[in-house]
Amino acid sequence: MATAVDVRGLKAWYGKTEALHGINIAMESTHATALIGPSGCGKSTFIRCLNRMHETHPDAKVEGQVRIGELDIYGAPAVDVRRRIGMVFQKPNPFPMMSIYDNVAAGLKLNGTHNRKTLDDTVELSLQQAALWDEVKDVLKKKSGASLSGGQQQRLCIARALAVNPEVMLMDEPASALDPISTAKIEDLIFELKQKLTIVIVTHNMQQASRVAEFTGFFLMGNLVEFDRTEKIFTNPSDKRTEDYITGRFG
Amino acid sequence: MTRTRFHQELDELKHRILAMAGMAEQAIDLAVQAYSLRDASLCQRVITNEAGINRAEREVDEFAIDLLAMQQPMAVDLRFILAVIKINADLERVGDQAVNIAQRVLNMIELPAAELPVDIPAMASRVRAMVRDALRSFIEADTDLAKHVLEADDEIDRMNHEAFATLSSYMQATPDGAVQALDALSIARNLERVADHATNIAEDVIFWVRGADVRHGAGQSFAGS
Repeated sequence: MATAVDVRGLKAWYGKTEALHGINIAMESTHATALIGPSGCGKSTFIRCLNRMHETHPDAKVEGQVRIGELDIYGAPAVDVRRRIGMVFQKPNPFPMMSIYDNVAAGLKLNGTHNRKTLDDTVELSLQQAALWDEVKDVLKKKSGASLSGGQQQRLCIARALAVNPEVMLMDEPASALDPISTAKIEDLIFELKQKLTIVIVTHNMQQASRVAEFTGFFLMGNLVEFDRTEKIFTNPSDKRTEDYITGRFG
Repeated sequence: MTRTRFHQELDELKHRILAMAGMAEQAIDLAVQAYSLRDASLCQRVITNEAGINRAEREVDEFAIDLLAMQQPMAVDLRFILAVIKINADLERVGDQAVNIAQRVLNMIELPAAELPVDIPAMASRVRAMVRDALRSFIEADTDLAKHVLEADDEIDRMNHEAFATLSSYMQATPDGAVQALDALSIARNLERVADHATNIAEDVIFWVRGADVRHGAGQSFAGS
């Protein structure tokens, strides 16, 4: 297994508050890694550091090294980094005034692709990969992204991220606002996507982590306490703090 | 997010399996006592009490499955519930072995007493100690004691083989006592199986506490620490 995301000594601050205290982790290519931990433990800050979103926060600071393949992401332009690393958030955020088609094509157009055929093909492929094509193919340009259901909007956001052909997909609680059926669709989708992509998913739902991810990391107070194969974390974790958290003895 | 109610339910599950363990332990004690005293009424008690053990097995299983379904336990809690389900099955089988022994004792009581070259009470005493230690290792989450139970099983196997050898010779030399010897042989075999169930329970305790699978000799290197 090749390493897709290699993080060394990552520290992050909000103003003077150190939120991450030196994270080291190597995430495998074409696998899903789930990040769990109580609210405020630093897991969302961590994934926002992976695509340089953290630095968009006022007074934010980052130290350490993050490599995606051979690319040192803090040595490359942020735009290039975000092209290689897609991100999906807890609350679906389609561009409300744009059609479904334009939502998916937005990233491509921003990157300078205007060829109609290329756009059409990529929009269709991305929507198929996001398991949304069959539901929207007849209303691509008639309906806005905001007119879709919550679950469909989330898959639209995934399609939008896929359109620029990223190597890594970051997902910050992508199903926490969805009903069980939409959640199952997102989880099925993660299974499909990780054939080609590396997935990093933050979730509060430990059953979800155990269903979708081969690896799981447990964050606590800005530290990565334990990182191991998911079945090991959920059946026999090495660290008492991990066990206490996942068995509900604190948190 | 502390799961106080769930952990209270785990305590309740432990109480229920221990209540069942008490019934299974009593069944073996009564069956062995019935052998020593040639007491048919004790045999009948063992046979009658079996229904209670079977009922307790179903109730423990049902409760454990409910917890699995409703609480989605993880890590040590998941291992605990899985261990309880397996221990439950072993305890029910201990109850069955006690009934088998009681039925053999009833056969023996019908016949004249024979001077058999086998010390069933000594073997029973070792087996009961194993069961007691296995259950204590469960109550105290003591893997050192559980490991001790695993080691004790070899001695019971040896006693069972010895009983087979001496009783086989006895049957050839004393055809009049052959039926009694066969019953004693069956009792020794049932006691050996009870020891196997105690061993299974000890293995389940190690799995619960340490997350280590020591079945089928996989625990040769398990140090219990």
